[in-house]
Amino acid sequence: METIYLDNNATTRVDPAVVDAMLPYFSEQFGNPSSLHQYGNRVGQALKHARQQVQSLLGAQYDSEIVFTSCGTESDSTAILSALKAQPERKEIITTVVEHPAVLALCEHLEKEGYRVHYLKVDGKGRLDLAEYQKLLSDQTAIVSIMWANNESGTLFPVVEMAEMAWQAGVMFHTDAVQAVGKVPMDLKNTKIDLLSLSGHKLHAPKGIGVLYLRRGTRFRPLLRGGHQERGRRAGTENSASIVALGKAAEMAAEALDYENTEVKRLRDKLEQGILSQVDYAFATGDPDNRLPNTSDIAFEYIEGESILLLLNKYGIAASSGSACTSGSLEPSHVMRAMGLPYTAAHGTVRFSLSRYTTEAEIDRVIEVVPDIIRQLRKLSPYWKDEAPVEETFDPAYA
Amino acid sequence: MWNYSEKVEEHFFNPRNAGELADANGIGDVGSLSCGDALRLMIRVDPQTDTILEASFQTFGCGSAIASSSALTEIIKGKTLDEALQVSNQEIADFLDGLPPEKMHCSVMGREALQAAVANYRGEEWSDDHEEGALVCKCFAVDEVLIEDTIRANNLSTVEQVTHYTKAGGGCSACHEGIEEILGKVLAERGESFNADASHSAPAASAAARVSADAEAALSRIEMPSAQPAAAVNEQAPKLTNLQRIRRIEEVIERARPSLQQDRGDIELIDVDGRKIYVKLTGACSGCQVASLTLTGIQQQMMEVLGEFVQLVPVSKAPAGVEA
Repeated sequence: METIYLDNNATTRVDPAVVDAMLPYFSEQFGNPSSLHQYGNRVGQALKHARQQVQSLLGAQYDSEIVFTSCGTESDSTAILSALKAQPERKEIITTVVEHPAVLALCEHLEKEGYRVHYLKVDGKGRLDLAEYQKLLSDQTAIVSIMWANNESGTLFPVVEMAEMAWQAGVMFHTDAVQAVGKVPMDLKNTKIDLLSLSGHKLHAPKGIGVLYLRRGTRFRPLLRGGHQERGRRAGTENSASIVALGKAAEMAAEALDYENTEVKRLRDKLEQGILSQVDYAFATGDPDNRLPNTSDIAFEYIEGESILLLLNKYGIAASSGSACTSGSLEPSHVMRAMGLPYTAAHGTVRFSLSRYTTEAEIDRVIEVVPDIIRQLRKLSPYWKDEAPVEETFDPAYA
Repeated sequence: MWNYSEKVEEHFFNPRNAGELADANGIGDVGSLSCGDALRLMIRVDPQTDTILEASFQTFGCGSAIASSSALTEIIKGKTLDEALQVSNQEIADFLDGLPPEKMHCSVMGREALQAAVANYRGEEWSDDHEEGALVCKCFAVDEVLIEDTIRANNLSTVEQVTHYTKAGGGCSACHEGIEEILGKVLAERGESFNADASHSAPAASAAARVSADAEAALSRIEMPSAQPAAAVNEQAPKLTNLQRIRRIEEVIERARPSLQQDRGDIELIDVDGRKIYVKLTGACSGCQVASLTLTGIQQQMMEVLGEFVQLVPVSKAPAGVEA
């Protein structure tokens, strides 16, 4: 069966050109870049090239501002913990309720250690209130950590503007840009963003490689101490093959940026309109005006997300859901709850995330299949009868 | 993705008896939209023989909720009402070759819908003591609410005690940090602080290993830990005969009834089986949270008068063979 992969916000296919670039660094160019012989030198050169490729994608001023890490989560932890250690007199953090667990779980843990965390709320379309943010910035704030793009709804936050506001207040600014890099144009040297996290496997590089962008002059304390790798900012022998891969992937992402924002976006819009024009009681979540070009998160009322995914999977279509049942928790996704999604829809969200490999034929197939799946599940649902919800006639005394 | 059995997938993709049953004479509705799962079970009962002739369902929920509903209708068709009521949620799970622990509540929902449908057919009021929170221990499917309530009711203060009382933490021990957090929260309520070291020096050091080896067998071996809760239980109490035990249990139940009746509810003793005491909560007292607190309170009193560890089990969770 032909498979259709529309879960690129979870992870992406490693581009074959990226695989080609990294393969020599296992058995041929296997040297330790710290070594003072030709084996080491060659790898050292390759890492410098990769650093410049990432620098170019991010629009960083210096290649030394790129620190390779093992993943997005490590970059997030390093950024936040560094800010707290480097400024022990500051005890507050500002973030949002819709961050990735890489930031949220760390902040909740830090709260138990006595730090005060301010969580900015979002409105029904997933947008922040910048006036509320302005009020919270103070000389007590150690760091602001705001995601560039939300992984579920795809909503973009105005991080460039928010970094400027933080800078005015003398506060360090970090952004988790794991979902945004390669989809949103970036020119970090002309912003006030001090730290930025990215993850290789979201942009067609392998898993297990990430980057922390660290603006020159930002006060910093390493998470891992040891050798002098990454200028002492991240000890541990470099994952050279994956770094080379990420460099190549960054170069390709820069080249594909226009395509992402024109062709991928067009396919996304076609998919979304194709589904919504055929299915009643369904809507797209997030901010329609400020959204990742590849993401469409659709809430289907009166049915449950895991069931939808299982049926999609039967047709070879891979997507994901913010439903409680897909995660093993009893609550639907914190992002959907934060946006105050109606309870009729909170369990029925499905996220389609495209990539530059997505084809028109695949989108046409999904548009053809989804309405039938929704009809099939609604037919099973006690909240549904003859093409319309019957919520008022089904209301168990026990909930 | 969940590791569903082939049987679960089969019943999800090809549900049996789905849809409305036009001439149903018993309907059981449970669940809600906000909880993420809901089920309407419809049965047609032959009034002469009390036999379920037909059953059908409509379900809003995940794959295993739909599969559990389908399985339930297959299991109960042809059974008498009394036979059907003895179907446990475990049987529904077994019929499907097992469910992941996080999904066991789907089978519980099936059982509850069945009770509701039978009550509806018989013209009785049905209410339930069902309650659930976020799953803390995934090995034994123990949720936060149960752990919190048990800590409160029994004055627990260590992770090992929590494992004794609820089985939570008795398996892979990945949830111990979570249990420590709950302990910290509840202990703070009563003005104490959680001391992690205390749990390491607790008397029954191998509790976790025992419970994971055989949770049910371990439960029957559990004795009151000699920490604080022991104060409430007289370890030296003379051994009671079965009759004496049941009389004392009845006394506690009788004492509890007036206050429940004030809230338009009631409790009834169904059976005593070793350390398990089966009761049935009825009427208005079965609003989720209150019911669970009521039960743990009564359980505590029973342990005091009996001088031994007992477990109070609402009949909805009783194994097959215990009549409701």
